[in-house]
Amino acid sequence: MGKTIRFVQGNEACVEAALYAGLDFFAGYPITPSTEIAEHLAARLPRVGGKFIQMEDEIASICAIIGASLTGRKVMTATSGPGFSLMQEALGYAVMAEIPCVIVDVQRGGPSTGIPTHVSQGDVNQARWGTHGDHAIIALTASNHQDMFAITVEAFNLSETYRTPVILLFDEVVAHMREKLVMPEPGEIPLLERLRTSVKEGVDYHPYLPREDGRLPMSDFGGVHRYNVTGLVHDMWGFPSTEPRTVHGLLRHLVDKLENRSNELARYREFYLEDAEIILISYGSSARSALHVVEDRRQRGERLGLLELQTLWPFPRDIVRSKCATARAVVVVEMNMGQVMQSVKLAVEHPERVFLANRIDSVFITPADILNILRIIQGKGV
Amino acid sequence: MAVKDYLRERFFPHLWCPGCGHGEVLGGLLRAIENLGMGKNDIVMVSGIGCSSRITGYVDFHTMHTIHGRALAFATGVKLARPELKLIVPMGDGDALAIGGNHFIHAARRNIDLTAVVMNNRIYGMTGGQFSPLSGSNISATTAPYRTIDKNFDVVDLARAAGATFVARSTTYHAQQMTEIIEKAITHKGFSVVEILTQCPTYFGRKNKIGDAPDMIKWYKDHTTPIGSKAKQENPELIERGIFVQKEAPEYCAEYQKLVERAMGGRK
Repeated sequence: MGKTIRFVQGNEACVEAALYAGLDFFAGYPITPSTEIAEHLAARLPRVGGKFIQMEDEIASICAIIGASLTGRKVMTATSGPGFSLMQEALGYAVMAEIPCVIVDVQRGGPSTGIPTHVSQGDVNQARWGTHGDHAIIALTASNHQDMFAITVEAFNLSETYRTPVILLFDEVVAHMREKLVMPEPGEIPLLERLRTSVKEGVDYHPYLPREDGRLPMSDFGGVHRYNVTGLVHDMWGFPSTEPRTVHGLLRHLVDKLENRSNELARYREFYLEDAEIILISYGSSARSALHVVEDRRQRGERLGLLELQTLWPFPRDIVRSKCATARAVVVVEMNMGQVMQSVKLAVEHPERVFLANRIDSVFITPADILNILRIIQGKGV
Repeated sequence: MAVKDYLRERFFPHLWCPGCGHGEVLGGLLRAIENLGMGKNDIVMVSGIGCSSRITGYVDFHTMHTIHGRALAFATGVKLARPELKLIVPMGDGDALAIGGNHFIHAARRNIDLTAVVMNNRIYGMTGGQFSPLSGSNISATTAPYRTIDKNFDVVDLARAAGATFVARSTTYHAQQMTEIIEKAITHKGFSVVEILTQCPTYFGRKNKIGDAPDMIKWYKDHTTPIGSKAKQENPELIERGIFVQKEAPEYCAEYQKLVERAMGGRK
């Protein structure tokens, strides 16, 4: 039997993937351009034994999924810029209390209400630093529906593995565009579950005592181990602490568990990088235009390549550095004022060779836009 | 099981001030749970931020000390995910009705089976004595050096109007009534609200020259009266206590099950 092929919006690809990954609890609040995710899950979740709830706002939505996650459910919420802003405090709570959850931010034009129906990639740095305090975070993205599916499943896997919120940073173009999606068969993409404690009833369970590998086995609320979860700095019991060694140890643990794994967490695609003199770095829908330019110019014998990032945070600095080591120029293609370009400049050996090809006028960046910048970099004039 | 068995003694002493009413609320809560013979693994207690919220650290249930004002939203997630668990949500007055006001009215509207205990001391204690939406007017506080001009909410009226199906009020003076009411609130199927007037001698009492803890507790004795009492008719200033609302209505998680049946039925 052949595979099921669907013609869907990106938001639907995300929904299909979340269900494939075992999503069984979604809470959300309507906001363009993410609303289709909530609409489809409202229809689908009750049929597969899952829970869907429309909350009173985005703050309540993320709080509800964090609560549900503690009972052992796989959880997700979906929003866009203004809602993502509202979620930042609770996002930090999930970081601090180490509660797995997936947050989809379908980016639209900002700041503030911005342009709800148009594309932007302006939330990259908010995903990294939106919540207060030192912390680490995982943010993933994708440029097409097949990758959106795979990366959404990956988001659940990483969230459950590392007990961390994972942000899916999609954008209006991939979310609303319709294209082909080949549905993966059950078992085709591996699914990872959270580690659960093997400590027996009656034996002390330390909910916040990391194992040697940094992972913390969980115990579901309602189970035999009762423990305290808090957003305060806490000790291995989950009880508030101001003891300097405990504070230091917890912060290091929260950051190191992800930042020390930046290579392991790096997801990316590469096109024609082997001999590339000019490397485009892009992600999300803008990577589609970048790839078009690369393939077009290759036919004319120009040595262009594309590094498409799917992990934006932790920033895959080692990969960017090594891939760009011999490039004459690196052009970051994105729809913001250079949010990923800043990270690329910090990563590479020659930041002076890094250029920006962007649009910030709510219009999708086209191959022609990128070509115009390339001509300037190549000294060909406009 | 004795009340002591519900405590995490490892985490004592508690951080409440001498004379604080929150310990009495904790006592009332645990006596209610003891009387109901509930298992510790079946209870999830979710709190927000403030003096009141620290109550979760001290009890041997599944406990979540969350962020300011959002306890009911977290609790809604836990409850809908695992409807068989009993959810108790202690909140301060600012926590429940200033920053958390939106979640309060929507939890009431949904009639989801949670028990909200509003520990009303009419002040932000943790941050050092600022006025709250329940302080009322003409109150001294660190952010009201010329006394408040803000009006207050009536928790009972608000909860009733928003759709709560169990609404009651008691005080730390009326410890026995408090316990009985909490018992009824916990066993009620639907969103239950129990407002408990609890003294903050450190900030509210001192700033407003009401006296220390015993004086404040006596104030509750002198200024409250059972619902519909003759005393209330003679003196409308008195605060009524007792059960104001207790009615049957469709509960959210139960309704969700019906929705699932509709969803499955539509498919067959």
